[in-house]
Amino acid sequence: MRTKFLSLLAACAVFSLSSVAADAAGKTLTVYTYESFVSEWGPGPKVKEAFEKTCDCTVNFVGITDGVALLSRLKLEGASAKADVVLGLDTSLTAEARDTGLFEASGVDTSATTVPGGFKDEVFVPYDYGHFAVIYDSKVVTSPPKSLKELVEGDPSQKIAIQDPRTSTPGLGLLLWVKSVYGDKAGEAWRALNKRVLTVTPGWSEAYGLFTKGEVPMVLSYTTSPAYHIIADKETRYQAAAFSEGHYVQIEVAGLLKNAPEKELGRDFLRFMLTPGFQDAIPENNWMWPAAATSAPLPEAFNTLVKPEKTLLIPSEEVAKNRKAWIDEWLAASVK
Amino acid sequence: MRAIGGGALVLAVITGFAGTALAALLLFDGAGFSGLLDTYTLSVARFTLWQATLSTLLSVLFGIPVARALARRPQFPGRIWIVRLLAVPMGLPVLIGALGLIGIWGRQGAMNDLLRMLGLAEPVSIYGLSGILLAHVFFNMPLAARLMLAGLERIPGEYWRVAASLGMPSRSVFRFIEGPVLLGLLPGVAGLIFMLCVTSFTLVLVLGGGPAATTIEVAVYQALRFDFDPGRAVALALMQITMTGILLAAMAFVPVPVEQSATLARGGRRFDGWRRQTQWVDGTVLLLATTFTGLPLLAVVLAGLKADLPALLFSPAFRRAALTSLAIALSAGCLSVMLAATIIHARAAIGSERRAGMALRGIRAGLSGAGSLILLVSPLMLGTGWFLALRPFGDVARFAPTLVIVINSLMALPFVIRVLSPAFDVHQARTGRLAASLGIQGFARLRLIDGPVLAKPVLMALSFAMALSLGDLGAVALFGSDDLVTLPYLIYSRLGSYRTNEADGFALILGFVCLLLTVVGTLGSRNRMTDDR
Amino acid sequence: MTDDCAIALSGVTLALGNATFAFDCRLPAGAITAVTGPSGSGKTTFLNLVAGFERPDAGTVSIGGQDVTALHPAERPVSLVFQDNNLFAHLDIASNIGLGIDPSLRLSAQDRAAVSTALERVGLGGFEKRRPGTLSGGERQRAAFARALVRRRPVLLLDEPFAALDPDLRAAMSALLVELHRETGNTVLIVTHDPQEVRRSADHVLFLKQGRIAVNLPAERFLSGTGVAEADTFMRQI
Repeated sequence: MRTKFLSLLAACAVFSLSSVAADAAGKTLTVYTYESFVSEWGPGPKVKEAFEKTCDCTVNFVGITDGVALLSRLKLEGASAKADVVLGLDTSLTAEARDTGLFEASGVDTSATTVPGGFKDEVFVPYDYGHFAVIYDSKVVTSPPKSLKELVEGDPSQKIAIQDPRTSTPGLGLLLWVKSVYGDKAGEAWRALNKRVLTVTPGWSEAYGLFTKGEVPMVLSYTTSPAYHIIADKETRYQAAAFSEGHYVQIEVAGLLKNAPEKELGRDFLRFMLTPGFQDAIPENNWMWPAAATSAPLPEAFNTLVKPEKTLLIPSEEVAKNRKAWIDEWLAASVK
Repeated sequence: MRAIGGGALVLAVITGFAGTALAALLLFDGAGFSGLLDTYTLSVARFTLWQATLSTLLSVLFGIPVARALARRPQFPGRIWIVRLLAVPMGLPVLIGALGLIGIWGRQGAMNDLLRMLGLAEPVSIYGLSGILLAHVFFNMPLAARLMLAGLERIPGEYWRVAASLGMPSRSVFRFIEGPVLLGLLPGVAGLIFMLCVTSFTLVLVLGGGPAATTIEVAVYQALRFDFDPGRAVALALMQITMTGILLAAMAFVPVPVEQSATLARGGRRFDGWRRQTQWVDGTVLLLATTFTGLPLLAVVLAGLKADLPALLFSPAFRRAALTSLAIALSAGCLSVMLAATIIHARAAIGSERRAGMALRGIRAGLSGAGSLILLVSPLMLGTGWFLALRPFGDVARFAPTLVIVINSLMALPFVIRVLSPAFDVHQARTGRLAASLGIQGFARLRLIDGPVLAKPVLMALSFAMALSLGDLGAVALFGSDDLVTLPYLIYSRLGSYRTNEADGFALILGFVCLLLTVVGTLGSRNRMTDDR
Repeated sequence: MTDDCAIALSGVTLALGNATFAFDCRLPAGAITAVTGPSGSGKTTFLNLVAGFERPDAGTVSIGGQDVTALHPAERPVSLVFQDNNLFAHLDIASNIGLGIDPSLRLSAQDRAAVSTALERVGLGGFEKRRPGTLSGGERQRAAFARALVRRRPVLLLDEPFAALDPDLRAAMSALLVELHRETGNTVLIVTHDPQEVRRSADHVLFLKQGRIAVNLPAERFLSGTGVAEADTFMRQI
């Protein structure tokens, strides 16, 4: 008896179902990447413009939430993924990504990269990197920790917001950082550090939001974070704390898919990544350090940033093998 | 009979939709049931139920006086705006609400500033169970209050006259009139809130203070994202559904007076609450509720005002996201209303069937369950499952808008059913037989009989569903295609790239749109005046 | 009661939306007064003014010589019976009637006995534990009468109390009403649109027209013709 009513409503529902626009004709390079890479202020638009000048093709970025989601998406789609290049995995994910068997050797010489400690990989090509760091509000924290040890053992009333290693890349980064500094004593370190942890957020955004809203005076982020505030907000109160044990590094990489419809174009793109045409877009759009030479020196703000004397990195294979155990160790220390 | 057929179809579609997703996930890769019952997972399960139970209790407990005060004071200054305000938290993305709450209750929030001014040195910290409860009450107390208010407003007007003339004191009115009605609403309202709190994710993580305060939903998320173990995700989800299902079923056995009054209720003027003392009580309750709900929203507004709003409003990114969001919300809202209408009619039709057999009763129970248990299957899981299921059919991104709309509409379904079903039931009881005997059917029935009466509740339900859908990030995040940048997605992506300021601005705009929607939804329901001459 | 006027409205005016009402009348004590008239003439508003559900814009309402204009319904010496929903659906009959003795339902054994007696008086002996939903329409109205009985208020106001019942039942209920009235000697005001009802029970009749009192006469004189066309036509309809 209500069919008419329903069909009216159905019409109203269908009305707004827009179809997806078809791609332009010609050769198209499809790149899976994370969302902030392709946003209007991210490096995506500049990179697209620069590469399209060299290739007579169209670059089609598909933005997926973040690096972790990117890998999930790949596993979901398997061999049927319609992409040529996957851009935005990081060094804690590369082993797992390699294990999917979906990537093939890049054929790109990565020896010229400026990544600290160098970078050698058959499959993945780095395009930028950043060191994890504790960012503090210098108006509140007058004597910032000078080492991870000082952070761990410091005044418990001075709080930090960190991310959950189970759901976020920086969270995993801190877990690996603590692991590489404390080794077998990581559990104890976590027990001590937890007294200073105000909260553990699911992702970087939530923790950083708490930080900029003044709720917490320290947050886990990147050494490059202050550069954004200096350049975009003319604000110097947010500083990175230099840790004497060294800083854990996150290297972002891209790889070529075996089933890429435009494999040669994809390979060209990977090569292009290490040229100034790509790298120029990194510092002020991705707020990371470029992995290769840029055409001009970096903005002044980058010179004021903390430059870690020592870079820490646990090989991806080892991370993949131990991640579960290490997370369990963290959990055991954090749940009482 | 056709109504029942429609109901069976909807039931099949809902279970099919969820089932397909779960099956696809299970078939993807060997199921990972191992370690499901380890001590950590069990403690997470315990905590999930514990915090959800407390959150539900508090939300309902605080919702009752608010609903009572609103029902008793139809002339309260700004009453309609209080009712509208109560609808806003639902439409906000949880992270925005959480940041607003922190602006008030956080370590550096207004409350602690106040305490510091009073000479308290150590700030009060909400992180932990108290923070989770605070946030859940913030999001769900208004929902409870609104649903209960609607129930109280359906009490027949004669009751108030009888009560007034008998001189029943406020306590007796509660015990003999309001109480039984609220008790009848309780299983539905509490069940809904309970499920929302069970599946709460961001709030629990941000305000919970650490992995000791975690819900199963977090484990599901972890299993799907980091570990990529769909089997385990499904197992966890099934565990969650079973646990909650058992609790809700147990609640269904609590005897509840649901006897309808002999004639159809037409809410009426109230004559109680005229004593000075109750006026003070109600005024205080409404002031507290408004402050509690309003202050965090005010924090959102104040933060948003710091952004360059005109620039944001005119940015192409905003225009696109706003259009996408509205299109998705409108479609999901319409779909949700349709599904709800079909379910309500089928339930009514089966209810009026004198000799309902096992099959019919099964469909009825299924409809009641499916309408709400879908809340327990997280959007991420539905999305991922369907992603897998659709993979053989080419580019999944093509199906993304449809999937997002369907998922959003299913998530709004339990709310829409609660808003619509009282109005539909009353309308059916009032006009069903008459219309049938006059042979009024089809479009004529819609135009002459249903349209004029049901337009208002449908509009309200639609605005409710749209607000919910607008604030939801859920399924969209999975597909992340350019065509699906919604407002919450825009907010999150700005937050994710240092642009907190712009995110605040967009949050303000989104909150304003939600408020606008509730204004549309409550159009025409002015403060009730005498209509019973 | 000091004078023979139970209910008096003097100079009462009230505006509700577009409708305006003006009532000025004195009604006899210890009698059954029928308030009648075409629909929309203000019958229920009249009753609401007496019961206290409406406050007049001007004028005074007094009951038994006491000015009740400013009093809340609970403070006025009246009992009420409506067409429907007189009983709270989720309370049993004894509780529904007991509320008439104590609005917080704190009942002594004596009170309970009074409830049972009242139920027997209206022909519902043994119905104490029944729920309103299990009673017929007539039985529910009887229960409402029982509550009015235990209330022992000098004035009983009825708003179309039998409109939902079939004609045979209406006559029986009228008879019961008149019987109870004779026993208690209370003042009864019954709003009705049924001429038969007026004939059966009224001692006195108020006929309303467009918010004004058109006729205010004892029943015999009203029934023998008023000279007001509407009232006479009204009484001729079946």
